[in-house]
Amino acid sequence: MNTVMPENNNMNEKATVEQVRVEDLHKSYGDHEVLKGVSLTANAGDVISIIGSSGSGKSTWLRCINFLECPTAGRIVVGGKEVELVRNRKGDLIVKDARQLQQIRTRLSMVFQHFNLWSHMSVLENVIEAPVHVLGLSKAEARERAERYLERVGVWKFRDSYPAHLSGGQQQRVAIARALAMEPSVLLFDEPTSALDPELVGEVLKVMRSLAEEGRTMMVVTHEMGFAREVSNHVIFVHQGRVEEEGRPREVLVRPHSERLQQFLSGNLK
Amino acid sequence: MELFDVQIITGNLPEFWRGLWMTIELTGYALLFGFLAAIPLAVMRLSANPFVSTPVAAYTYFFRGTPMLVQLLLIYYGASQWAWMRAAWEAGHPLWTWFREPYFCALLAFGLNTCAYTVEILAGSMRNTPHGELEAARAMGMSRMKALQRIVIPSALRRMIPSYSNEVILMLQGSAIASAVTLVDLTGAARNVYSRHFAPFEAFVFVGLLYLVLTFMLVGLFKLAERRWLGHLAPRKAGQGRQA
Repeated sequence: MNTVMPENNNMNEKATVEQVRVEDLHKSYGDHEVLKGVSLTANAGDVISIIGSSGSGKSTWLRCINFLECPTAGRIVVGGKEVELVRNRKGDLIVKDARQLQQIRTRLSMVFQHFNLWSHMSVLENVIEAPVHVLGLSKAEARERAERYLERVGVWKFRDSYPAHLSGGQQQRVAIARALAMEPSVLLFDEPTSALDPELVGEVLKVMRSLAEEGRTMMVVTHEMGFAREVSNHVIFVHQGRVEEEGRPREVLVRPHSERLQQFLSGNLK
Repeated sequence: MELFDVQIITGNLPEFWRGLWMTIELTGYALLFGFLAAIPLAVMRLSANPFVSTPVAAYTYFFRGTPMLVQLLLIYYGASQWAWMRAAWEAGHPLWTWFREPYFCALLAFGLNTCAYTVEILAGSMRNTPHGELEAARAMGMSRMKALQRIVIPSALRRMIPSYSNEVILMLQGSAIASAVTLVDLTGAARNVYSRHFAPFEAFVFVGLLYLVLTFMLVGLFKLAERRWLGHLAPRKAGQGRQA
């Protein structure tokens, strides 16, 4: 139980630099309201785990933060700057300025459940792509960066392979390297281990834990209670589109107040 | 009369040679034009805006729904039916006089025809882009344009290679109708030789063999292209990835 707590707790006490703030976020699909007003703040160095049963809206929440889904209402502040939103014809909020949207997305890098690597590119090309074509880095600079992060997550030797020729765990580590190569201020993980064979989950969690220990700001939608308990410094339990309970993992996960979280945890003991 | 008089072939080699080049030229230019034009048209074909996608759809349905011979005859003979076109020819208009040239008319018909098929092949391939890959592109901050240019089109072009190879071969065979507008391509050369010597076997068997050789060369080229650009879909070779 008493594994190393990441240093980010100390960092919080020193200086709180707010990276992302979400206020009163709503999301509806037609009549069905998936998110009913959720809020969170991620400061530099925070590792926030968002847990909840499937259909609770936790993935939608994460995907609203980088606008892969468009929220129906709410405010989002990224790096201290409020994102200017306008309503589209369908009634959803979209980012007013396409350039600001792209800028937000380069600051918040996402790792997906199904890796979503670009299948026609080699591992190295996958990691170089966005730094060159979105951030405008030179090829050489991006390559140096890519090799550094591929090394960091332990898949450097596969740099010339195609994604389809790698295992799920290796692909997900490549995807993490691809996200890191953007040098974002926040890493968003959308159920990063849910599509993996059980024996491959460990290698990905190990990488994520080491990133947390580096002091990186992370928001993780996960079913891995061990990760939530031991690595994150804040846990949010989402139930039916609302934050049912949140706080320090030791408190929330060890002594849950709400009946729903107790039920959820008893079904998820690991 | 011999069963197969080789001398008829050897005696007419220059004509066959010119015909071969005409076939290669017509097919090659038509494919080049059709392919280049197909890329923007396929993007338009998939546009959510019906004012953009419908005209392209109408174009591809027309050219895929009618025989290429009809299209060729329509362009070559149809052009002269308009008085203003004839007037332009009289005046020596630099653009419209092209429609008097069988070579230009054949190129135009073949190009428009193969382009229509290529648009549909490419658009179909683009439609099959894995959704997650597009989402990753957006999440990495790529604009729509950038994602098209860097992810959707390159990966669709690779995946369309096998079906496009069929289109290329069909185009080569289809170019045989060029002789309908007085062009002497391979088939036209064979027909000339046949009518001069009344030797159908020699003329058409030889030309058939030439088409066969061209087709096999194309098949070989596409095999190379697949190996070069479709490696990411091939089964994993020994010694690649996965080993811990």
